[in-house]
Amino acid sequence: MSDARVPFSVRVAQALRTPRKPVLFAAMAALICLVGAGQSWSLALTILNLCLISAVMTLGVNIQWGYAGLFNAGVMGFVALGGLAGVLVSMPPVRAAWHAGGAGVVLALAMALVTIAAAVLVYRRMRQPAYRKLAVALVVAAGYFAARGLFEPAVRAIEAVDPSRTGYLGGFGLPVVLSWFVGGALAAGAAWAAGKISLGLRADYLAIATLGISEIIVAFLKYEEWLSRGVKNVTGLPRPVPYEVDLQATVWFREWAASLGASPVDLSSIVVKLCYAGLFALVLVVLMWLAEAALRSPWGRMMRAIRDNETAAEAMGKDVTARHLQVFVMGSAVVGIAGAMLATLDGQFTPTTYHPLRFTFLVWVMVIVGGSGNNWGAVLGGFLVWYVWVEAEPMGLWLMDFLTSPLAADNPLRIHLIDSAAHMRLVVMGLVLLLVLRFAPRGLIPEERR
Amino acid sequence: MQDVVNAVVLLTNFLVVPATAYGCQLALGALGVTLVYGVLRFSNFAHGEIMAFGAMVTILFTWLLRHWGVTLGPLPTALLALPAGMAVTAGLCLLTDRWVFRFYRRTRAQPVMLLVVSVGVMFVLNGVIRFVIGPADRVFTDGARFLFTVREFKAWTGLSEGLAVKTTQTLSLVVAVVLVAALFWFLEKTRTGKSMRAFSDNEDLALLSGINPERVVAVTWLIVGCLAAVAGTLYGLDKSFKPFTFLSLLLPIFAAAIVGGLGNPLGAIVGGFVVAFSEVLLTYPYRKFLAYLGPEGWRPDGLVQFLSTDYKFAVSFFILVVVLLVKPTGIFSGRSS
Repeated sequence: MSDARVPFSVRVAQALRTPRKPVLFAAMAALICLVGAGQSWSLALTILNLCLISAVMTLGVNIQWGYAGLFNAGVMGFVALGGLAGVLVSMPPVRAAWHAGGAGVVLALAMALVTIAAAVLVYRRMRQPAYRKLAVALVVAAGYFAARGLFEPAVRAIEAVDPSRTGYLGGFGLPVVLSWFVGGALAAGAAWAAGKISLGLRADYLAIATLGISEIIVAFLKYEEWLSRGVKNVTGLPRPVPYEVDLQATVWFREWAASLGASPVDLSSIVVKLCYAGLFALVLVVLMWLAEAALRSPWGRMMRAIRDNETAAEAMGKDVTARHLQVFVMGSAVVGIAGAMLATLDGQFTPTTYHPLRFTFLVWVMVIVGGSGNNWGAVLGGFLVWYVWVEAEPMGLWLMDFLTSPLAADNPLRIHLIDSAAHMRLVVMGLVLLLVLRFAPRGLIPEERR
Repeated sequence: MQDVVNAVVLLTNFLVVPATAYGCQLALGALGVTLVYGVLRFSNFAHGEIMAFGAMVTILFTWLLRHWGVTLGPLPTALLALPAGMAVTAGLCLLTDRWVFRFYRRTRAQPVMLLVVSVGVMFVLNGVIRFVIGPADRVFTDGARFLFTVREFKAWTGLSEGLAVKTTQTLSLVVAVVLVAALFWFLEKTRTGKSMRAFSDNEDLALLSGINPERVVAVTWLIVGCLAAVAGTLYGLDKSFKPFTFLSLLLPIFAAAIVGGLGNPLGAIVGGFVVAFSEVLLTYPYRKFLAYLGPEGWRPDGLVQFLSTDYKFAVSFFILVVVLLVKPTGIFSGRSS
């Protein structure tokens, strides 16, 4: 503040801001402990794990929105690609399916790549614009049908292999943690394609293009059974942590449980969840450290300069579109990592669960509520909004039951209201987003002045 | 010769008629998006939910009318309930503008901020719709199902291929034509319409010539609400009403608006039909069609389908990509930056 006569309210706000971060995080921890004490510790840890994953997603979106002001309406798609990575990396390969159609699928994909290369070559080599477009169209059409001719019989053969249990190619049988990297890479690739098309045009176009890409990714995962088993779901992904039954079977664990006076079943579930929480927290800490370092570096300063005044930054010789593409790819990669972590935690891949309200727009609420442009704020937003999202369901039900208690138990209006109480949390989330945008647009932990 | 006629009838039945009805619905939706974009200068992500809200109100009034024993004979009762749906939706649009959007307009917020705000509105509306009517599938069409059926058509013409036109498809076309004609008359001939176009073309000039911006914005929301209610109701009548389908309709609607040129009403209509026809053309299996045209007794081996129907939405995305790469301003040169 260069102005000497700082208003009292601003001084109070500044004084409050200094210890705000630890206080808010302590309050969040207290809220989770409250669930532990009030409901159960196992539930509290479940919430904590999903909070950690949400925080990673929010961090990714904050890199795009907070650093660069890019609106990504396709978070869901990148999360789903992360989930696919979980399947492709960790599931054992289905040898019979590879034998039946693996070669055909690989050939078809190679054919598609050759077609793209040929189209690019034709486009570069031909000079006559009129013929050039026609030639490119012909090459693409010919390549498409050739690839499909190879692809379809192979897919039919793969999907016929023991369809009730496999019917897909399976994965590579590698440790599932590797999928977190692969998920990031897959999401980065998709983001590069989406960004290449729509960045440099107006901001709305990126939003609409990403919305489209995410719908298509999820449709692809639903219907390409040879790759992801589609709506038949992949269950039983291998875990990076021990299984509860194995723990219960070991002698030292039972002795430990006996010494604590807890039942081995409860303790094993808590230990497994704690292991997950440790792994996820490690990822979050590493990503957070990287994100903060990037924000403090000259690169971060450049990104802020671009965000705050694109024209000025461009006049200083910064390539705005290229930087936007870079930051968009980075943010989407982080979202992809979160997607792979989610599939790891669930131990399954179910394409039908990917819904834009839950995986795109809820993440946006998290970023805005937490404080766009501040990584700590984004993480807090991820924790808090997920917590509210989960706890709003029992609370809403309880509230609706209380509010309608004057009505008779078999009153149709009361039954309808109680049945629909679960939908109220959408309204609550929307209202929270609108109120924060209106009255505290900088969020719970505002961006620091640097 | 008869084979050729049969082939044409086949295409008309499975391709032209459904695509025309769908095109009308998309065009009405895209008109709403493009009007908001032209006058308020942001992409309204809540538009799908506004359509769903309009359809929901119409359904509620339809139930009320049926409860009273009022029907329209061969036409769906929903047609009688539609004006009420339009009025309530227009009122909703005015209220959201008053409570939500106006503040950001006055503070001259960036368009992308308004976009984020519209996501909030989308959440609230989505919740309200599910709360009131529930997430289930609702079929609310009644009256005569067909204008004429396959059997009637075959009896008239003696062809082996049939053609049927659903009442709801005819209704989509008629209502859309009437509404679009009225809209263009309004935009071209009336003083308010002209001031809207002027405001959309150049805000500063319009303000200088004494146009009241709040009035222009209010009229725009009124029109957008009415269009959205009609588009949602027609889509719901033709398919069925399911709250979450409207979120996925957002993509084809935006694709249509961008293809035609954002901010250009004529472009939105053309864009709607381009998207609808491409979707149906690319996902239709041409096997039977080619069998009619080819030599006697011959049939293609596969379905001769360019894309599986599962990827319907991919079509609008590809159109969008092509337009963004080749001509980002759209066919009718809307705004790109």
